[in-house]
Parts: sequence; structure tokens; C-alpha cells
Amino acid sequence: MSDNSRRNFIKAGLTLVPVVTIAPQSVFSAPTAPPQELVESSASSQRYLPRFFTESEWAFINAASAQLIPEDDIGPGAVACGIPEFIDRQMETPYAHGALWYMQGPFLTDLPAELGYQQKLTPRDIYRFGIQASNAWCQKAHGKAFNELAPEMQIAVLRQLETDAVAMDDMKSSLFFSQLLKNCKEGYFADPVYGGNKKLSGWKMIGFPGARADFADWIDHPNEKYPLGSVSIDGKRS
Amino acid sequence: MATEHSPVDIVIVGFGWTGAIAAMELADSGLEILALERGEMQDTSTTASYPNVIDELAYSTRGKLLQDLSKETVTIRHSSKDVAVPYRQHGAFLLGNGVGGAGFHWNGMSWRAFTADLRLRSHYQERYGKAFISREMTIQDYPVTYEELEPYFAQWEDVAAVSGKAGNINHQILAGGNRWEAPRSAEYPLPPLQSIYGAQVFGKAANELGYLSFPVPAANASGPYTNQYGVRLGPCNFCGFCEGYGCYMYSKASPQTSILPALKLKKNFTLKPKSHVLKVNTDSTGKVATGVTYVDPQGREIFQPAKLVLLCAFQMHNVRLLLLSGIGKPYDPESGEGVVGKNYAYHMNSSVNVLLPRNTQLNPYIGAGAAGTAIDDFNGDNFDHGPLGFIGGASVYHLRTGGRPIGQSKVLKDGPNWGKGWKESVQEDYQRTLPIYAQGTVMSYRDTYLSLDPTYKDVHGQPLLRMTFDWHENEFAMIRHAIDGATQIGKAIGGDIQVNLRKSGTHFDTRAYQSTHTTGGAIMGDNPASSVVNRYLQSWDVHNLFVMGACAFPQNLGYNPTGLVAALAYWSVDHIKKQYLKSPGPMVQA
Repeated sequence: MSDNSRRNFIKAGLTLVPVVTIAPQSVFSAPTAPPQELVESSASSQRYLPRFFTESEWAFINAASAQLIPEDDIGPGAVACGIPEFIDRQMETPYAHGALWYMQGPFLTDLPAELGYQQKLTPRDIYRFGIQASNAWCQKAHGKAFNELAPEMQIAVLRQLETDAVAMDDMKSSLFFSQLLKNCKEGYFADPVYGGNKKLSGWKMIGFPGARADFADWIDHPNEKYPLGSVSIDGKRS
Repeated sequence: MATEHSPVDIVIVGFGWTGAIAAMELADSGLEILALERGEMQDTSTTASYPNVIDELAYSTRGKLLQDLSKETVTIRHSSKDVAVPYRQHGAFLLGNGVGGAGFHWNGMSWRAFTADLRLRSHYQERYGKAFISREMTIQDYPVTYEELEPYFAQWEDVAAVSGKAGNINHQILAGGNRWEAPRSAEYPLPPLQSIYGAQVFGKAANELGYLSFPVPAANASGPYTNQYGVRLGPCNFCGFCEGYGCYMYSKASPQTSILPALKLKKNFTLKPKSHVLKVNTDSTGKVATGVTYVDPQGREIFQPAKLVLLCAFQMHNVRLLLLSGIGKPYDPESGEGVVGKNYAYHMNSSVNVLLPRNTQLNPYIGAGAAGTAIDDFNGDNFDHGPLGFIGGASVYHLRTGGRPIGQSKVLKDGPNWGKGWKESVQEDYQRTLPIYAQGTVMSYRDTYLSLDPTYKDVHGQPLLRMTFDWHENEFAMIRHAIDGATQIGKAIGGDIQVNLRKSGTHFDTRAYQSTHTTGGAIMGDNPASSVVNRYLQSWDVHNLFVMGACAFPQNLGYNPTGLVAALAYWSVDHIKKQYLKSPGPMVQA
């Protein structure tokens, strides 16, 4: 399959994500019409129903992650890599419940940032409140939900979230932004068994061989390109 | 009310490196030994098997092998005027958990101390005069010399199958090794690891500037090796998954890789995981330990009587157990009196990134925890501190622990953090970024110490340990000097340089990983007024209690601590065997 047709194939798969997630303005709009059999054959693997995120939250995650890690000539973006699925699946883990963190009070939140995270909010809370507040802010400022905004406007809003320019009741918007960005990058680079990094695209982009973890025969090849592609824990290859 | 179990001879609290060393060395005595480990049983086959262990998200990012902070953590403040708050998420340091402790997830850099490190105050006074040491600095000599510890360093290096190149054997300086190192009695057990490309680049530039580079001593076996316990280690294959992981190749030394296979054959040794010790019990005089109280896996409180108690938990946990047990006088920063919690220290690190030309193939994923090349020209007292005015130094090195993309593909500091620009820079810089690290000493000070927190509790209702710590000007000056050297090397390599220097005026940041090399709080010394344990790591207050680990360091080295931690454990346990077991009592008269 040529590079071009592969990209079309990915886009084709995406169109099968429940329709609410695909606002016409989003970055992966207007795909070239794919051959029908490709769409059907990829249906079961591409369709993911979120368990944690609601429909509107899912639309936000898809649209926002697609700007944070966009599809471009370097390679597939967040949505094709399954990053929304990765984040949704992570939301059901102890991590997202804050169960890996010391969460006993009192919570003193006005201390120097160097003393670390002192909020009571878990990652699940941060997403729930953060998406709601972001969409409310977009509605007020632009009359639309985030995922309905034009791509350049979405990028502008993300910059505002990043720099605490979006007022939120429950947290600084930068907390929500950094949570989202961190999880997007995790989904881009984690082993595909977690739902992201589909087709090992994140690893391929930088040339990380994944779970090969055996370089005894290449230590004495200084400054030479490593000859093998990436492989995942469950044996997928790039 | 605690259930009382039948007595044992020796109870060991914590089963990391020092617990495993002590148990193994004492097992031949025939005494009944019980090791209580609060975390889970973990071994290579269960917790570090291929391919499941090659999972960055689970191990590094979510901290699979790390202490569960939801149950217990520490609180941190910058000064005694502040309110301490919990270290809620892993950041600056990564506490271990379970069998093997931090010795299961470490990198394997295995150093000896410099001769002068162990008599730091005397050495600086002799060379630079008494006034050179500020009054706020509470640095002390170790009560043991390098010469006394040398055989125990050698023993440790055999057990851990350390790969390296000697630079000084019996005062004879040898080419290829570290000319600054303290005299060794013999070569390393294994030759150094093969040199990765980045290390070759760094070493060449350093040598051209007149420094003398040498391979980092690695407890990552460079070849097959059978240690003195008959345990066999396999050759490292540079998989790039040391730090945060167990070693699926049986190459990185760990308690379970290097000692446990032999120890578990001993009939008089029992290891009980998921057994959390609450305190050391003492008799009515407070001078003799009667055993320990712990919570068993079912949540029952057990009193375990023992004739000898060895605290072998991590540095911070040992200090906390002493404070919770009311053993030794807690340190008071106002009066300077008291000893438990005194002289907490750490490391101060900074780095220089060298951006090599595009299309360079550093292949960063080809790495090992201690695969690198170092210079010691900025470490210890290997240079004239007189005109510089600070104490201490840093090891400067290029090390490639791996190229794990979530944590190790960081973009450069002013670059785009997301979007197309981020993708471009990650892709472009992943293969060509060569970091040079400086890991520097932190001295001990009157105002840096450990105590119990008045507010926050652990899952058992006991107070958390509270850390009062911030940087001092001495350390900023030290790291600036080392980073100036690293920058010079970076420029000699060529390419763009980016300096990440910790600057005066900044505060200890608990969020970003620095190192887990926390030290002090139960320091060793030559009298009970200034130390918690004597030169054999025996408590001054309770003679049948020994406290092992980096908590014994009066101040920190410019090196990773494990080599000295292990040598001190071997030294202590050898004297327990030869001296204490024959006639129990204080081994040094106060």
C-alpha cells in the first residue's frame, strides 16, 4: 500500500467513529471517499465506544488531541494513533482515580509550585470539570463547543488553556491542559496494548524499536542506523 | 492487642540490598533469621520477565515498582518556618517497594567513595583551614576509613558483578581507569561494558581537553559471571530498561538476581513479604530491643520477639522507624542538639545537552543503567577548592540508560511542547541529543533535617516523615563549576549547546525527577552526641539494634550511594559476626 493510500485508509477508518465525534470542522474532515470494502473490513477494529467520556466529552478529546498531536507529513495524528481510546481506557485505571497518589487532607493549595501537586482532584475529575469548563468558555466566547470551532480557533483556545487564560471554577486551566497533553503523549508513545500508538506510529516517527530490548549486536555499530523496525509487546510490527 | 509470635534470633526490617546482604552473611551462623518486607514478593520471573517488562507506561510512567504513596509518603517543606505538605506523587525521588527495594529498580552505577570523602571535615580543615567550612554546615568525618572499607567494597563488587576498569591498584595508576579513585586491591570483577557511541564522543572530547575519561563502574554485567554465592549473572544486552524495571536478562545486580537464589536455600532464613513494621520494641530500660511490631498480610498486629534487630529499610524509612520507636534523641535544629533526623542531604544535579549534527545516529535506546563514560576532574577534592570557596564536587558523565520515548524523548527547553512543531522537534532531536550530566554533592546543614509530621498520617495512622530541605549557596557554586566544565566539553564536541543549570535563588523542586539519593538522618559517627550509630552501624542507645543504609552518611558524595551503602553493610555485618554475636553489647564505648 502506498503512503497515500495508507493515509486514506486511516481516514476511512476514522469515519466510523460514532458520528457525534466528527464535527465537520474537525481536522480530519472531508476524507477522500475510500473504497467501500476497506471501510467495512476495518470497521470492527476502528470502532471504539468510550466508557468514561460522555459523547460531548469524547468529541472534545478527539478534537483537542488532534491539535496537540496533529496529522501531518511526519505521520499520523492523535486520532489515527488511538490516543482518545488510550485516554478513555486509562480513565478506568487506579491512576485516573488518584489511587496511586497520597490523597489525604488537608489540601493546602496556595503553596509554591515546587512543593508539587496539592489538589484533591483526580485525573477523572480534571477531565470532567476541565472539559465542561472549556466548552462553557468556548460557548460564551465563540458561541460553539470546542469541537465545533475551526482548527485555528481550537489551537488558539488550547494556547489560552495552557496559559491560564481560561477562568475555571475548579482549577487553573493549565492543570487541565497539562493533564491532557501528558496523557496524549503517553498514548502516542506507550506500547499499543494500551490502545494508543496504533500501528506503532509514535515509535516509528522517532525510530524507537519498541519491545525489541536486545541490542547486543548493534553496540559496536556507532552512528549507524539500526536496521530493524519496531515491535510491540504482543508482537505487532511496524 | 498484638499477637506474639515465637522468638527468632535476628529480625531484619526491609529486604532491599542491605537486608539481603545482612541475611546472607549472617545465615552461616545458623541463627534463625526472619526478614520482614512490607511490599510484595517480586522476582525476575514474576515481575521482570520479557516481554511484559518492556512496558514504559506501566513501569516508568505509572511506577509499577515504586512505593504506593497512597498508603505512605513523606511531607516536604523548604524551611522550618513553613508548613510541610505531602509528596503526593512521585517526582524528585522514586522510592522503591517490595522485595529488592530500590535495588530492584536502580540503574546499577556502583562507585567507591574517595578516601577524602570519608574524612571530609578533617580533610577540608587540613587543606583549606578551619574557616573554610561555614558554621551552618554540619559535615562530619565518617568514623571508618577507606582503607578499612576497601575489602568490603571488593566483596560487594564481586557479589554485584561490577564491570569496570581500575585506575588505581595499590597506589599504581593504571591507564584507562579513573586516576582519581581510591586505591583498589584488585581489578574489577568484569571488564567494562562496551562503550556506546555517545560515550565515545564524550570521552574523546574530554580527553582532548586534558581530562581523563573512564568507563562508569556498572553493576550491569559485561559478561557471564558467577559471584561468591555461586549465583550466575548473564551478560547485559543493552536493552535500555534498567531504571524503573527489573532486569529480564539477569544482568543488573539486585537482591533477587545476586543474592536471593543462594539465600533462599538456607533453612534458617525466612522472608515474609507484605509485613509492615510499625516500630521497634524496647524493654523497660529503653536500652535493649525486644523485637518489632508489624502488621501481617491479613492486617493483624504481630509482636515478633528477636534478640537482634537490623533496620534495613530505605534511608527515610529507617529514620522514621527510629522516631516512631522513640529510639535516640530527635534532632532539634534550634539548639543543634539531638541526633535522629540530623544531617539530611541529597544530590544536586544539572546537565548540558549537546545537539549533534542532523542525521547523527546515537541510537539512544541502546543503553544500560550504567552504560557511560565519566570524568572525576570536578568531583571530590580532585581540584583546588581554595579560590573557588565551596566544598564538594560532581561526577560529570554521559550516560545512556535508554531511549524510552515517554520519558526520554524530551524536547529542548524553549522548543514547542505540542502541535506540528513538537512532532518535528521530537523526531529531529531524538537521535542527536547527547546529554552530559553533573551529579553533585550536597553537604549537611543545621537547617536540613528529618522529623515526624504533626498533621499527616499513613494508612496505619502513624505520622509521616517530614523533610525540611532546600538548596544552599555552596551547592549552587559547586554545580556551576561542574557545569562550566561540562559546557566546555560540550563545546569541544561541537554542535548547539543547551545548558540546564540549577541557579541560585531557586528552590528544591519536588516535581521533577532528580535522584533517589537521599541520605542522612541516622548518621554514623564517633560519639553519641553527634551521631545515631557508631562505626559498626550499631545504635548508641540500643546495643542490639543496627541501622544500615544511606541514612548513615553524614553528608552525601558526588556519586551514586549504593556502592558505599553496600560496603558499609558488609563492614557492619562482618563485625556483628566476628565481635557482636560472641559478646553482645556496645561495640564502641560512648
